[in-house]
Amino acid sequence: MRAVQVAILSTVFLWSNARAAPLQYLTGAGDKATPVVFLTWGLIIISISVILIIGLLLAGAIWRRPGEDWTPGARTALKSHEGGLNWLWIGVGISTLVLLFSVVWTVKVLAEIQAPTPKPAVTIEITGRQWWWQVRYLSDDNARQFVTANEIHIPVGAPVRLKLVGGDVIHSFWVPQLAGKMDAIPGQTNETWFEASAPGVYRGQCTEYCGLQHAHMSFLVVAQPASEFRRWWDRQLAPPAPPTGRAQAGQTGFQMRCGSCHTVRGTEAAGALGPDLSHLMQRATIAAGQLPNNGPVLAHWISDPQSMKPGALMPTPSLTETELANIHAYLKTLD
Amino acid sequence: MTSIDDYERSPSIGQPSPALTEKLKSLWETKPGFIGWLGSVDHKEIGLRYIVTAFAFLVIGGIEALVFRVQLAWSNMRLLTPEQYDQLFTMHGMTMIFLYAGPILSGFSNYLWPLLLGSRDMALPRLNALSYWIFLCAGLFLYSSFLMGFGPNAGWFNYVPLAARAYNNGPNIDIYSLGMILLGISTTVGAINFIVTFLRLRCPGMSINRVPILIWGTLTANAANIFAIPSVSLAFLLLWMDRNLGTHFFDTTAGGSAMLWQHLFWMFGHPWVYAIVLPAMGMVSDGLPVFCRRPLVGYTAVALATVATMVLGFGVWVHHMFATGLPTISLSFFSAASIIITVPSSVAVFAWLATIWTGRPVFTTPFLFFVSFILLFTIGGVSGFMTGSVPVDWQLTDTYFVVAHLHYVLIGINVFPVAGAIYFWFPKFTGKLMDERLGRWNFWTMFIGFNLGFFPMHISGLLGMPRRIYTYPDSMGWDWLNLITTIGSFLFGFGVLLLIYNVIRSVRHGPTAPANPWDAPTLEWTTSSPPPPYNFAVIPVVASRHPLWEERLNQSEGSRSQIETGLLLDHGKEALGTTTLDAEPNIILKMPDDTLVPLYLALSMTVVATGLGLVNWWVVAVGGALTATCILAWLWPEARLGETAAPATGEPRHG
Repeated sequence: MRAVQVAILSTVFLWSNARAAPLQYLTGAGDKATPVVFLTWGLIIISISVILIIGLLLAGAIWRRPGEDWTPGARTALKSHEGGLNWLWIGVGISTLVLLFSVVWTVKVLAEIQAPTPKPAVTIEITGRQWWWQVRYLSDDNARQFVTANEIHIPVGAPVRLKLVGGDVIHSFWVPQLAGKMDAIPGQTNETWFEASAPGVYRGQCTEYCGLQHAHMSFLVVAQPASEFRRWWDRQLAPPAPPTGRAQAGQTGFQMRCGSCHTVRGTEAAGALGPDLSHLMQRATIAAGQLPNNGPVLAHWISDPQSMKPGALMPTPSLTETELANIHAYLKTLD
Repeated sequence: MTSIDDYERSPSIGQPSPALTEKLKSLWETKPGFIGWLGSVDHKEIGLRYIVTAFAFLVIGGIEALVFRVQLAWSNMRLLTPEQYDQLFTMHGMTMIFLYAGPILSGFSNYLWPLLLGSRDMALPRLNALSYWIFLCAGLFLYSSFLMGFGPNAGWFNYVPLAARAYNNGPNIDIYSLGMILLGISTTVGAINFIVTFLRLRCPGMSINRVPILIWGTLTANAANIFAIPSVSLAFLLLWMDRNLGTHFFDTTAGGSAMLWQHLFWMFGHPWVYAIVLPAMGMVSDGLPVFCRRPLVGYTAVALATVATMVLGFGVWVHHMFATGLPTISLSFFSAASIIITVPSSVAVFAWLATIWTGRPVFTTPFLFFVSFILLFTIGGVSGFMTGSVPVDWQLTDTYFVVAHLHYVLIGINVFPVAGAIYFWFPKFTGKLMDERLGRWNFWTMFIGFNLGFFPMHISGLLGMPRRIYTYPDSMGWDWLNLITTIGSFLFGFGVLLLIYNVIRSVRHGPTAPANPWDAPTLEWTTSSPPPPYNFAVIPVVASRHPLWEERLNQSEGSRSQIETGLLLDHGKEALGTTTLDAEPNIILKMPDDTLVPLYLALSMTVVATGLGLVNWWVVAVGGALTATCILAWLWPEARLGETAAPATGEPRHG
């Protein structure tokens, strides 16, 4: 079984030059994904077998005993209509058994992945927005709750509970390496869970068509050891370092020009329309996983987001060179 | 004045004479000239119009797809803006599913039904014309906004809230909504016509276990439409009200539900999938055995499987919504139903296989299309079976795997049989034979192009490529697969061009076709090619499922069908009504003449839709008044149809 899996997997990957397809789900990491990976391979193998068997029977049927050539209007010999019904009994009989087996396997896997053991210690509320993800870490202690965006950190080896909400239209939350999709629908909260069995960065993507920039609505899930995760959480709660020099002017500019949409915790910027930018420099990407978070790209993004993500709800601000440089310098301090 | 006696008389039995055929021709023939053409209620005229119009939409939808396939051929392409891409993929889906796949089959069935059933027309010829004209108007209406740059852009299943006013503030979705309601009326009246025709217009002896499988396929599909269409028409009406009148059916900020849309849409949407494949499967079930030189294996099983598929098809809509957070128990139910619905499909597959295996295959172009369909049907079937399994579907859904699946279903089970059916029935339609050599080229280009284009989509789906993205980064491992897909789809498009070329060339220069070029068994091949306007000079009496093969299948002489001798119906434009199960002669039907009223009615309803689109109540009122006038004119009793006749005295009514 395992060998067949590996063989098919490597063939597929060679074909497609896709050794590193970050959204593939033919392998998986974690208790939620693994049983489904096996089921997927099982159904793929059944499906390919069916296609091969029917294909061979069809080829056999066609070339076994070809009839006369066709001449328009000519009357050619006929076969009597007896016979052939056994095909139905045997073919449909076998098909039904395979289908029933697949139903049982399906229901079994469904039960297996329905709820995690042990109960999740971390709960994250994720809101899909056009076209980014708002991520809120929940805690019984209000002081330990916080909001971030587009990058979800989780402790490795432990199940995490997810509450999915549609912030405007319907989105679908998907980290193929960790779990199947769950929609984020306005007016309801969908609960699900996932778990990463190995540390690493897993890519996620919106998969329900949600408008102009559906294509660029990605995010990252960073699975890290529990102690590191705890430190990351603590750091998210820390107030920002007071900016100095050019960055100080940048903060004033940011609060004036960007603060009605964006929040930086611990400052006057408290807008809720766009992603929370507290500790922005901790994130690997900007623009919902579309662009790397580095100096030049960030500067370009601030000055002209519409050329990089046409239709995004962030307008092109009219900033002078100095304003831009100041705000850029300020953002670089949000570590 | 016509008396009741005239349609309860016992018609005499006889053989066609030149005088009779001349009289029938003058009674049934469509009047010459453009106005005559517009007023025709001949099912053959209407059928061909449906086929040509639907095929034109196939070409338009195909061009839309080729444009965005260029955009997707490699990562980070910038040929299209996101808005252009969104409109194109929405128009492509809408065009193919609503304006091509359903109507093309209505076209074949309209043309073929009366000929297969030994009848002179459909039961309700004027309704038939109405159905076509509304379809045409709805198609043009739906395209009007696209041509003005405001095409529907929320995907063909148009989920709310994305399609709601708050997120889509243009005429795009209003036009889509009203066009779909209009189209729904067309489908509904067409469906009623098929059902009534099946119940009452089969020729004597054609009991329900003797009708061709195409009849079963179309009947089942249309019975389903009667139940499915109201759901989608309601959904679009509520959406239009939400958008224009301030209701809140789908507005989650005011107590409405986003899920309501999905349920209403897919309660229609899934049965519709079967409605646009079952008649095509029927065409294969009837056409394939002709080239295997034997009757279909397991007629009864295939007929019952057709009906069973449709009945089960009403219980699987939730498999489009597995990821919406429904309770596990209902997911399990719908998952099991979605997997088990494969059983009746397997009945058909093994019946076709056995028919070829035990037959003597004759290699012709239609045969190649029909046979390849079995393989494509299997591939589309197993990928559907995979998506039926909930945990697997949570991964597969909304990726290119589903795109691959639905194209194997719609192209494999609709376009390939339709291409085969064009080759098969073309001689009947036109009286000309198609070029077989060009046919081989046509088949192989389409077959190779299709598989080259669409099979790799399974793999890009398994590698996680989501549907409906206008571009993708270069680090995802999808570039080469997409390039192959684009090349394949252009090859497939070229194959469709060859088909069109072959049709046009054969209409002009093809050799003359005999009445029965394929030596096929069913009634349509007893008529000349093309058939006379009245189809059958005398109404035949059938005694088996294959009237033209009886002698060679050793049916005893006393119990054979009668084609040359039959009931004479020539007191005006007449057809024969028979009993529902056994098809015993029951009543003589007075058939209506050609009329322009269906065209006017369709245009009036389009005026209403336009008024609603503009939210201009004056235009709506004018359209409504015109509509009412047309309906009044339509229903005005006519003496010739016996609608104003006084009942005959003294004669007890029977029947």
